[in-house]
Amino acid sequence: MNLPPPPGPPPRHHVLSVLVENRAGVLARVASLFARRGYNIFSLAVAPTHDDRFSRLTVVVDVESAPLEQVVKQLNKLVNVLEISELDPRDSVERELVLLTVTADGDRRQEVLGLVERFEGRVLDDGADEVTVSVEDHPSRLDDLEELLRPFGIVGIQRTGRVALPRLESGGPV
Amino acid sequence: MPTNGGSALIRALELEGVEVIFGLPGGAILPVYDPIIDSPIRHILVRHEQGAGHMAEGFAHATGRPGVAMVTSGPAATNIVTPLCDAYMDSVPMVVITGQVPTPAIGTDAFQECDTVGITRSVTKHNELVTRAEDIPLVIRQAFHIATTGRPGPVLVDIPKDIVDPVNPRSALEWYWPTDDEVASSLPGYRPTTAGQADQVRAAAELILSARKPVIYAGGGILKARAAAALRELAELTGIHVVTTLMARGGFPDDHPLCLGMPGMHGNYTAVTAMQSADLLIALGSRFDDRVTGKVDAFAPEARIIHVDVDPAEIGKVRRPDVPIVGDCRVVIEELVTAVRDLSGGDVAAAQPDRTEWRSTISGWQERYPLVYEQSTEGDLLKPQYVLEQLRDRAPEDCIVASGVGQHQMWTSQYWRFNHPYTWVNSGGLGTMGFSVPAAIGAKVGRPDRMVWAVDGDGCFQMTAQELVTAATERIPVKVAILNNAYLGMVRQWQEMFYDERYSEVYLSPDLPDYVKWSEAMGCVAMRVESPEEVGPAIDKANEIDDRPVVLEFRTDSSEKVFPMVPAGRSNSDIVVDPSQPPPGGLR
Ligand SMILES: Cc1ncc(C[n+]2csc(CCOP(=O)(O)OP(=O)(O)O)c2C)c(N)n1
Ligand SMILES: [Mg+2]
Repeated sequence: MNLPPPPGPPPRHHVLSVLVENRAGVLARVASLFARRGYNIFSLAVAPTHDDRFSRLTVVVDVESAPLEQVVKQLNKLVNVLEISELDPRDSVERELVLLTVTADGDRRQEVLGLVERFEGRVLDDGADEVTVSVEDHPSRLDDLEELLRPFGIVGIQRTGRVALPRLESGGPV
Repeated sequence: MPTNGGSALIRALELEGVEVIFGLPGGAILPVYDPIIDSPIRHILVRHEQGAGHMAEGFAHATGRPGVAMVTSGPAATNIVTPLCDAYMDSVPMVVITGQVPTPAIGTDAFQECDTVGITRSVTKHNELVTRAEDIPLVIRQAFHIATTGRPGPVLVDIPKDIVDPVNPRSALEWYWPTDDEVASSLPGYRPTTAGQADQVRAAAELILSARKPVIYAGGGILKARAAAALRELAELTGIHVVTTLMARGGFPDDHPLCLGMPGMHGNYTAVTAMQSADLLIALGSRFDDRVTGKVDAFAPEARIIHVDVDPAEIGKVRRPDVPIVGDCRVVIEELVTAVRDLSGGDVAAAQPDRTEWRSTISGWQERYPLVYEQSTEGDLLKPQYVLEQLRDRAPEDCIVASGVGQHQMWTSQYWRFNHPYTWVNSGGLGTMGFSVPAAIGAKVGRPDRMVWAVDGDGCFQMTAQELVTAATERIPVKVAILNNAYLGMVRQWQEMFYDERYSEVYLSPDLPDYVKWSEAMGCVAMRVESPEEVGPAIDKANEIDDRPVVLEFRTDSSEKVFPMVPAGRSNSDIVVDPSQPPPGGLR
């Protein structure tokens, strides 16, 4: 691997990539299994794969590693679950998208737009005193952005939850 | 061939080999009940849907074949949640079919609509809401496949009325019957493991051959995998003692010299202590349940662990094994037998350390701490243990026994002699009061050639007794022994021992209800037995009746407690024996 590992999520977080059948009720099964066994889902993203019989879930779970083994095994028992892998942040590429509405009146407007530009974000909507922007980046960079924008006044925020895939053997884009 | 969903469903059940359905009809399932009239499948009309579920379980316990229950939507579906959970906890193969409101009405809070699939998700191995008539044959095949393979369990199929109702065009389909391959490929996420990994099996065989104080810890998986014969071969080949958990009673004969009986909270002293002192536990289809391990951190502290289970999630869940083997118990035990033979070069006894000392330690425990109770004499209050001994000794060897949950259950497991597999039907994991009467009925339906006794508590009996009406109507001649101690006895025991004898809401009265009159009203022959000398004759009389259910009410001593006992949360080393025996302190 020729690139330094990106900053990982906090140690109690584990990223699971779960391949499931793309059919009614499967998400509920996965979610209720986490709830029943007492695990907190930190974030969850789901969409069909290139083969629309299947969907991929990226689940960020908030657990110690020992019980994680148990939740993985329990997930594997769900009839509609095909494959589960834990993605080590050092060996995977991870992205997340955030939409943010920030107070940006008067002089502060330029500062906000400057920050968004630094994160290669885009302005989606422009109001008199507020802007709505989108930024796509590593989840921890989005945390940084959130921190930086907070003093200006965050009016609304929606993050998608992390999505991830294993890093390629020969190294790939960050 | 064009058909409709209702006929297709019944046809699918017939092709799955279903001989009997336990159920009760209602609005949403009505169209499926019509083709039942013309089907060779026997339908047994229950008096409460919980009864249907436990009957299906009893049938499965006794026969090894999946039990089938069919009920309507809403309240009927919720009534069967308890048996589903019971079957889930005890890995009982069962298929439950529930009616559902028509698909267009789903989500509208229609009459008798409930989210059956949502409610039962966490108590089924799998469940499915079918939305198209053409899916019915495949979903039914999938249900039986999932219920009976890998770790068995209950599967629920929820069927909206419109797709089974012949007057509705949505019920039309072209009949087909999916092949095994089609079923397998329709379940891409379902691949249970059967054979054990060869290197792990070899590692296990090496541990077995070097152990000085080994114990086989046989669980319900032995019975589910039909591995009793294989287990016996392994035990005899290696000379290793076997404990059989509450779920495994009968999986290894109680009269076998290597059998130590039941371990756990109310297990016998030797079974508990042998496990506690072992240097190797060979866990076969057992799951380190808290009722067996006591305080987990203090359980079998010196033992290495070989853990064989078909469910990978059981391995390492409670105790991390030294040798994990995922696979079917029977297949893996047979592999173990071969590996032990190969490794020892034929002479297994010579290849193992000398275990004379261990054997004599075990027989010392057995001599010192047998199960004991004070014998009843004429005129005395009946001792429940005495009743059980009499029931046992007057029943044929292969008699099937079902029990409820409580003290009577523990005494039954302790005092019965289970020498054959599939003779013990009980609710272990969930501990469901009310299990025994319907479960006994289901067992008798599955094994009409066998005598079937239900040993029940007075508390349990009052939960599901109405199914004796079902038994009387359907001429299912089960026998019920009520151990009437006028108390929720097991709870009373805990209050006596751990709550300073402060009895809170555990008294039931010996006379209300009048069990004899009640049973007679339900079409049973009934007798009340109050003193020891009446016990034998009453049982003999009951055993002769074969054309209707019989209920014997035994008035037993309510102060009797179950011993030994490992108090909840304590180490198995803190086992409390019968007060008449010397406290074990230091004996190891
Ligand atoms: C459905 C249900 N409710 C409550 C309990 C808790 N419980 C366990 S044993 C028991 C007492 C059972 O009384 P009885 O049937 O008279 O049996 P006994 O212990 O007296 O032999 C109770 C209330 C249970 N196991 N199941
Ligand atoms: Mg009682």
